[in-house]
Amino acid sequence: MSVRHGLLALLAETPRHGYELKSEFERRTGATLNVGQVYTTLARLERDGAVVAGEPDVHGRSVHAITVEGLDELRRWFSTPVRREDRPRDELAIKLALAVDAPDVDVPAVLQTQRTDSLRALQDYTRLRQRADESGDLAWLLVLDLMMFQTEAEVRWLDHCEARLVRARHAAAPGPAVTPARTQVRS
Amino acid sequence: MTAVLELRGVSRSHGSGETAVRALATVSLQIRAGELVAVMGPSGSGKSTLLHLAGGLDTPSAGEVLVEGTALGGLSRKQLAQLRRRSVGYVFQDLNLVPALTAAENVALPRELDGVRARAARKEAFVALEEVGIGELADRFPDDMSGGQQQRVAIARALVGERRLVLADEPTGALDSTTGESVMALLRARCDAGAAGMLVTHDARHAAWADRIVFLRDGHVVDESVYVSPEAALSDTPR
Repeated sequence: MSVRHGLLALLAETPRHGYELKSEFERRTGATLNVGQVYTTLARLERDGAVVAGEPDVHGRSVHAITVEGLDELRRWFSTPVRREDRPRDELAIKLALAVDAPDVDVPAVLQTQRTDSLRALQDYTRLRQRADESGDLAWLLVLDLMMFQTEAEVRWLDHCEARLVRARHAAAPGPAVTPARTQVRS
Repeated sequence: MTAVLELRGVSRSHGSGETAVRALATVSLQIRAGELVAVMGPSGSGKSTLLHLAGGLDTPSAGEVLVEGTALGGLSRKQLAQLRRRSVGYVFQDLNLVPALTAAENVALPRELDGVRARAARKEAFVALEEVGIGELADRFPDDMSGGQQQRVAIARALVGERRLVLADEPTGALDSTTGESVMALLRARCDAGAAGMLVTHDARHAAWADRIVFLRDGHVVDESVYVSPEAALSDTPR
């Protein structure tokens, strides 16, 4: 996640001080930032000539403003795609890839546990989106939409994994149908 | 509080002897007023069988189905038909709207069958159509409406009167995603207003509107996902 470019985008709207940047970033994206991360990034941006800091006010807070160099960097960021290989690896894919051949792992149970958790997340997002819809918070709605699409895709992929697993077992051992193991019923 | 819908150890088998196929095996489930429960599972897992049993459209091989405390097994055919009309609303993928009747007449039909006078039934139909946001289309025929509008008529018909149990089988069927979402919002709103709902769906996005998601595999309930709002989780309020 590019905190650097996130801060530049907010400063392109209006000069702001560090704490304001943190809270505005969090409000719009749903991601959390620690204040130390904000100030370190601001110091780097200032070093690179992308922002300038004003005189500290009575509370010791400096307002930062974007420079022409900063605006150029931001423009380049917006016009460059985020490449899939630059994103963090998916732990779930790694886990399932290893589970398939690991001894004593109940893979259908792993799939079901994950599906239940992903659906719970989807239930959360659905309610958050209802609220965001009512308040007309467009930036937050876009982020929530992405989280929902990703979670939905994950659940579909889990269904697909399960179907593949059943087919693979049928092919390996022709005979009676394979029943997925029961996971514990939660109330 | 009495559950609006209760299934007690319900099983359903088709055929008999060695060729018997068990569609549903000893499922117990309760849905209270204000609750929306989604049922998910692969094809043939028993989802639709569960919904048909819940609405009295099919009879269990074992176990008991209770709607608002009344055991369906103990009712005569006439009483069962009456209970279905008065207490249960159905929304199916195949809408079953009568093409020769207007939207309002379609919605009023189950009330008129129930002995409500035509004028009163029509009034109720208008209220139900208003509730789903298409009051102005009351005099249109189904063929003159879009898929989303027809689905709203079907939902209004499921909700008209005092029905407290809404059963929906893939209600967003052929609708585009935005219209599908608005159909889900309507079902949710109806449950928030005090109805109990059961939704059969393969779509995770629609199931996410529910308070609980029940997973079926080969006729068994294998898992259940319960939504706990962050506020409820923080205050540790039992649900």
